[in-house]
Formats: sequence, C-alpha cells, structure tokens
Amino acid sequence: MGKTILEVKELTTKYITRFGEDVYAVDHVSLSIEEGKSLGIAGESGCGKSTLALSLMGYYFPPLHYTSGDIIVEGQNISKLDPDTIRKNILGTEIAYIPQAAMNALNPTQKIIRFIEDVVHVHEPKMPKKDIYDLARKRFEELGLPASVLQKHAVELSGGMKQRTVIAISTILSPKVLIADEPSSALDVTSQKMVIKMLRNLMDLGYIKSMIFITHELPLLYNVTDDIMVMYAGQIVEKGTAKEMVFNPTHPYSKGLMGSIIVPEEGTRDVKLAAIPGTPPNLKKPPSGCRFAERCKYVTNECKLTTVGLTEFGDGRSYRCIVPIEKLREEYANE
Amino acid sequence: MKNTLRQVFHSPKFVAGFIIFVAVLMTLFIYPLFNPGNPLQMLALNSFSKPGTYVSVYDSIDTDSIVMKLPGAAEKRLEDKLSMDDRLAMKEWLVTAGVPEGDIDTTDTTNLLKIWKEKYDPSIKPAGMTIAKRNYYKRLTIDLDKALNSNEVTIATPNAETGALEEAKKINDTDYVNTKDVTNAITLPLGTDNFGRDVLKELVSAARTSIMIGFIAGIIATLIGLSTGLLAGYVGGMVDELILFITNLFTVIPGFIILILISYGIGQENRGATTVAITIGLTSWTWTTRSVRSQVISLRNRDHVNLSKLSGHSLPRIILSDILPYIASYVVMALILQISTAILAEAQLSMLGLGPKTTEVPTLGLMMNWAMVYSAHTHGYWWAYFPVLLIIALVSFSLNLMNTGLDQVFNPTLRD
Amino acid sequence: MSDTRPLCLSGKGVTKVFGFGEKKTVAVDHVDFEFHEGELISIVGESGSGKTTISKMLLGLTSVTDGTIYFQGKPLDIRTQKKKKEYWKDIQAIFQDPFSSYNVFHKIDQVLLDCINMRGGKKLSMDKKIEMMTEACSFVNLKYAELTNKYPFELSGGQMQRLMIARIFLLKPKILLADEPTSMIDACSRATILDMLMNLRNEIGMTIIFITHDIGLAYYISDSVYIMEHGKFVESGTADEVILNSKAPYTKRLISDVPKIYEEWDLNTVTFSTES
Repeated sequence: MGKTILEVKELTTKYITRFGEDVYAVDHVSLSIEEGKSLGIAGESGCGKSTLALSLMGYYFPPLHYTSGDIIVEGQNISKLDPDTIRKNILGTEIAYIPQAAMNALNPTQKIIRFIEDVVHVHEPKMPKKDIYDLARKRFEELGLPASVLQKHAVELSGGMKQRTVIAISTILSPKVLIADEPSSALDVTSQKMVIKMLRNLMDLGYIKSMIFITHELPLLYNVTDDIMVMYAGQIVEKGTAKEMVFNPTHPYSKGLMGSIIVPEEGTRDVKLAAIPGTPPNLKKPPSGCRFAERCKYVTNECKLTTVGLTEFGDGRSYRCIVPIEKLREEYANE
Repeated sequence: MKNTLRQVFHSPKFVAGFIIFVAVLMTLFIYPLFNPGNPLQMLALNSFSKPGTYVSVYDSIDTDSIVMKLPGAAEKRLEDKLSMDDRLAMKEWLVTAGVPEGDIDTTDTTNLLKIWKEKYDPSIKPAGMTIAKRNYYKRLTIDLDKALNSNEVTIATPNAETGALEEAKKINDTDYVNTKDVTNAITLPLGTDNFGRDVLKELVSAARTSIMIGFIAGIIATLIGLSTGLLAGYVGGMVDELILFITNLFTVIPGFIILILISYGIGQENRGATTVAITIGLTSWTWTTRSVRSQVISLRNRDHVNLSKLSGHSLPRIILSDILPYIASYVVMALILQISTAILAEAQLSMLGLGPKTTEVPTLGLMMNWAMVYSAHTHGYWWAYFPVLLIIALVSFSLNLMNTGLDQVFNPTLRD
Repeated sequence: MSDTRPLCLSGKGVTKVFGFGEKKTVAVDHVDFEFHEGELISIVGESGSGKTTISKMLLGLTSVTDGTIYFQGKPLDIRTQKKKKEYWKDIQAIFQDPFSSYNVFHKIDQVLLDCINMRGGKKLSMDKKIEMMTEACSFVNLKYAELTNKYPFELSGGQMQRLMIARIFLLKPKILLADEPTSMIDACSRATILDMLMNLRNEIGMTIIFITHDIGLAYYISDSVYIMEHGKFVESGTADEVILNSKAPYTKRLISDVPKIYEEWDLNTVTFSTES
C-alpha cells in the first residue's frame, strides 16, 4: 500500500439553480488515491462527474456550494478553507485542475511564458523571470514540448499542442493531485494519444503524484487509469480496478455501460451492444431508494423503497445494489 | 413562448424600464383629458412667464375681501420694495455722511431704515455726487415714505358722461381675497415659453409627437433592416454582396449628415412630423441590417434549416418559420433601440432648425430649439428647456433599460 | 468490391472548392465512390477531412464544383426546386446534434405532420394521420400520446434523436444519410439508436450512409467503409478488409491511435509532434 495522497470522505456539494432549487450533483462521494495511482471516473453526461472534479478542488463559487464532507490532501483538510487561501495555497501546488475546454482558456494576447510566470508568482512572488524561464524550458523539453512554444501566442498553436501546453502550465508547480476533466475529448485521436502519453510521463517523472481522470470514453479510461469509479445520478455505484470494471462489472448500470463499448478490434462486430432504456432521474427530486431502479432490468419492489449504500466485496471493490453479488453474476451468466 | 415572457418580466431592468415608459405614456395620454385645448395657443403676451398661479388683477378688485392683520405684513412689503441695489446705494450715502461702515447691515431692513431716517438730509451735498444721483436718493426716500404709511388706495372709474373720476372702491392694506374666489385665474405649473404658451401642455403634446416619430422611424428602420438583413444573410452570394455594399456605403457616410441634407432638401414647408419620422427611419437602418445578417448567417447552417429544406419547404416558408422566430427577440431589441435613437435624432435635427414645420405640432426637439433661439438658457428661464430635457432623458433611458433587460434574458453570456 | 446489388449513389471525380483566389480551399478532392442499394456505408474521417461537405453534396444542399454524382445510374439533376423536392423524397438525413435539428418553435406534431404531408398524405383524415404518427412513434419506443402538444426541447437528447428516426420512418426514403447521429448521445442510449436504425433499414430496405469519426463504430455497424483524409478517400472496402487488414498508412495510424481493450494500446510508439 502506497501513501494516500488524496482522501475524500462523504463529500456532498450542490448547485442552486436560478429558481432557488437545490441540485445535489455530488452526493456523499468518498474516494482515496495512493501515490503513483490514477483514478478514472466514468458516467453519462449529467451524472455529476464534472461537478465532482470541480468540488474536489475545494474552490467553490456560485452556483456551486459546499454542503458537507472532507477533502484531505496529504493530511491537510482543505474542505473548509476560504476561497482565497485555496486559490493561493492549494491550487497549483496541491491540486491542479484541467477543465473540459482548457485549451480555449488561454488569453490570445499573451505569450505562453507569461501564463507560467503568473502561475509561479502566485506562490513564489520573488522568483526571477530568468529562473522561471529555465524551469519552464526544462519541464517543456522533458514533456516533449519544444521550448519555442514558450515565446508563442496561443493562437499560433494547434489544438493538440495547445492542450498539452495547458497541461504543462497547470502542472508547473508539481501538484500532488491532477484532476483532468475530459482533457482529450475535443481532440483527434492522434493528439489524444499524445496528451495521454504526456500525462503518463508526468506521473513517471514524479511531477504529479496522482491523477483523477474523468471521461465518458470507456476504452480510454481503461487504458489510462488504474482504478475506475462509475457515477450515476450524483452517487458512486461501483468502483474497482480498471480491468475488473471493464471485463467483470457487477452493478447493472456498470454492466450496461461496459456493454456499450465499441472498439475497432476483431470480434467486436458480433457482440450485441447493451442498451439501457430510459433517462437518468432528475436530481432536483431524486427518487427514494435506488436511483437506478427505474431503468434496471433486475429491479424488485424493494429496490424502490430501500436506500442502498456501497457494499465492499474484496480487492477494494464495492458496488451499490441490494441484490447479492452471486445472484447478479448468475443473472449475467445466463444472458 | 410563455416561459420567455415570464423571464422577460422577471428581469428587474426590463420591468423598471417598462414601468417608467408606461408611466410616461399614461401621463401623456391622460393629462390632455383633464386639460384640453390647443397646446400651441398663445396665452401670455409676455414671453417666459415664471411657473405659478396667475390671478386676474381686474377681477380681484371686485372679489369680496376679508380683513386680515398678518404680523409683519408691512415690513414684508417694504422688504420686497427695497432691492439690493437700493440698499447698497443707501449704505454708500450713509458712509459718505460719516456713519461708520460697520454699523450698517444691508440685510437688516428695520435698522437700515432707522439710520436712514436719522441721518438722511436731502440738503447735504456729498462731494462728487451728481445731481441725478442726488435726485435718485430723493425719489427713494419718497417711495419709502409711501410704503411705510399704509394709506388706503382708491380705485376710481371714469364717469361715462362727464368723464370725471368717481370712486369705485377703497382698498386697504389689510384687505385679502381668496384666489379661488377670483373669477379668472390660471395655474401654469411650468410657466410659459417665449410665445407665451403653456409649457406643460405643450410638453405633453410634444412628447406624444416625439414618441410617435420614434415609433414610426423605428418601425421603418427595423423593417428595412430586417428584410435586407434576412435577404443578405439567407440568400447570400451576389445579393449579399450588393446589400452589404450599400450598407457599408451608408455606414461610412455619417448617417446624421445624410439626415441633415435630406431634411434641408425637403424644405421647411413640407416637413411634417411624419415626413421627419420617415426621413429618420430611412437613414438609420444600416445597423439593423448588419446585425440581422450576421445572425441569419449563423442560423442558415443550423441543422433544422437543412432539415426544413430537405422537407421541401419553400424559401419564404423557411425564412418565416425557421429563421424569423429565432431572431424575433433580437429584432424587438433592435426596434426598441431604434425608437430611442430616432427620438434623439428628431431632437438633434430640430435643434438645428431642421425639424418639423413649427406651426403645426410641437415636438421635444422644437421646444428645445425655441428655448435656444430665445436664449432661455442665458436668462435662467429653466422651465422652458429643463423639463424637455428631462422627458427626453426619461424616455430614452427607459427604452434603453428595457433593451438591456431583454439583452440579459436573451443573451446567455450576459446572464448573472 | 464485387457487390452485385444495383448502384444507388455513385460519384466520379466529385470535387468541392470553397472560395476562390488565395482563399481557395479544396474540401473534397476528386473522389470516386459506389454505394449499392441496401448497403450500409460508413465514411470515416477526422474533423476537417471533408466528410460533412461530401454529405451536403450528396444531400443536394450544396453544389458540386466538379465531377458528377449519379443517382440510380443517372447523373443527378437537381437544378430546380421542383427536382430537388423530388430528390429529397428519396434521400433524407439525420444530423449530429439533435438539439439544433429541431425548430424550437414547432411542436412535435408539426414535425411529424410535415413528413406525412411530404409523402402526399396531405388530404388524409386527421384520425389516419394520428394513427400514422402513433405508429411511427411506437417504432422508436416513444408514446405519441405523451408527445403530442409538446416541444422537442422537452425531450432528452436520445429521445430527440429517436424522434428523428420516427421522421425517417414516415418519410421512407431510399437513402438515409446519418451524419454522426450518435456522437452527442450517451453510450447507453447509443445502442438503442443504432438498433432502431438497423430495424428501420430492415423494415424499408434503405441504403444508409453513415458519417462518423469513430472508426470503432464504423467497423461495428457497416458493410463497407470509406476512409477519408484531406478531402480524398485513402482506402475503401468491406469493413473487415479496411479495419482488420488496412493497407493505407493513414488508416493504420488511425486504428493504432484509438484506445482498445483487448489488444494493448501502445503508448511507447507515440512521438510528440513538435511543429505547432
């Protein structure tokens, strides 16, 4: 067991809509990551995975609000710090975050090196520009980015290059946790592979200690992360190692999700794609009992009445379903 | 649609603008019901009479009076008679007569008069004082004596046969009449203008005309802008190039100069309010064309338009049902802005003397023009121009507020 | 290819050039293709490869700069609105983004009624029309009674896309051009949409031209695959030929760059591009 870098306990956050309704997009989520490990979060759009990514930073601004729970980064509880402290002392050095459209966030009138100076100066206001340049140059070259990029403007870079540059900028202070929310979804497959390779390099070189990777593309998640967590309607429904999750899912929802994977490989043409009918519940009024009950093939009356927690079953795996694991396995085998 | 309306009326800016605008509009339509009559009728023969209630002096003589003894009435009368110039002149004489300057307080009427009575002697001839000046002091003293003694005033009428004056009535300094009992009286809340017309009545009528000009001009400009924008954006190609060329041409030549030239060309006699409105409308459509065009271009490539084409719908139908509804909110915003611009444009034109014919209807711009030509501002006749400014500001402020409110509802990037 | 089925759509030297002079860009560059009746063809390409332009040309929404498209063996003639209308009875489309595919001011009933009218059902009784709409909705697992008087934006993305299929069900075209119909849909609903497309294809026996950037999806559903790069088809053939035994270097690279789950996805071969 490695050292735990990030531990999240029962984190709950909510959105307050324009009409004053509460939407609990992250509902009692617990997770932990050890040094050198990466965690993937999978789920349909609207399941709360992007909100979780935002919430993990401890940096809340309306309409997102903190409700309860703890976020502990290497022993330090950051969930109750005020936004200013978070911005100055946590973001960049403890936790770095790459949002979905990160590459479009670069101000087109500034050279890349200016962004790096800005990031470094928040934490080390006295560091000379020359030192920053040397640091950036070394880091860029190690990560396979030409040093000439530092003197360029964002508009001069291609999409893939921009995205890699953004990742290099946000990890310049060697954060302990990198949260990447769909970092490669807007790119073509070739650039996507380069982005993934770069993230892998960051881990290998020790510039980041752990990573949380969020995407709806399951084959990608399978190849990038050690563990996978599946989210549904703001809750974690199952977690386990990537391999176990893809080839041996337990929860009916994970089963459906994994059954919808399409890859250009021999044999996949003959597999029948799994389909889950229906739509996820409205988080303004989540159903009592199991949130997946409405769409589940194996639903019983009890499902809709009992609130079900996560059940652990060895190897750090757990799932959220009242049906015993053996019974589910049996059902899957019969299909 | 219903939802959108609900959102619009939840926008505080729009609601504030809407309330101001409706309140102004209601006032403009309700006021004439209580105070009918021709707004251009000249009431006074003097120009720029102050705001206030005017009662007929002639009728007040015949009105039944009561006797009242108000404390300090005489002093007040005196104080009113003695102008500051008179007081300073008195001080000057007294100082030359040897009264120490520190003893004389020009604001203290009672004391000043006391010293004057003791010291003034018409026979003293201070050195260097002209005869005219000495005579002035003599007249001043007589006037003061008259004001101080409260003798009755006799009103006399000439006898029809003999022509001799006969006493009709004696008026005492303690006689008072109720202004309500005076047969002829008029309240002019904003006084009169240079032609002696009731400014308030004129203002109400002018604001109505100006808003009408704004609406006509705004609707014309929006209609032209909308149709050219739709055509250029949707049809594209040569049509687009041509319309864009004309639009650019109109944009680079300052619109206001074209407006001035056209107005001048039409001539004072032919310029009615409607003509001015149409002229303004015809010169201010370019902005709408450009923005509608760019909106339509982005809509043209939306899949629902493609699907509508694939469903075999005709061009007019696609424009009317697949394009227009999407830009409707935008067009309403443009219309509001155009109305407000047109009201201002009319004011500017009329200020320059290129407004509607002056003899038919008043407009806000014309009122400003008259006030300026008759130097109301240099003489401090604020009532002739300040209320006009206020109405122009209020109307265009409320329209712009509504526009910003709508913008916030329809433009997601501006939402809080 | 040795497909004996009659040709449905084919093209010789089809080219599309945008702009002129210095701003000239060749979006589609002399492409040849043969689509057979009843076939499911995928056109795979990354963004900017010209796949959307070729779909617009096939649909007659944009003109062809050079070359000829043949429809059922004859050169396609859609120079007048009337001829276009005739052609559009035979070819229809489903687009990528269900949210922008509907006129938000029109109710669902109107969307479906339009289709009935287009198939010459204008004079049918309202009862008959409702019956047809109910049938179309139930084909895609939607309930007409719940949809009537609703607006499309009240549905989820998956439901909207299914309604698009219901539309095609009513129109019964010979060719359906599906431009990335599942790329904005969640994985769980994707299977449902694909299943319905396949059922519809079997029901009315139409040709489907499937445009996608997802080479795995193209492999999964199609009979034959065209790989497009920079406005040209670099490789074409049956799905197995193209994906499992690809010859063109571009196809090989594309396939190797897609993450897989059975074979190892080799990150060691990645070389970082240094040109910006």
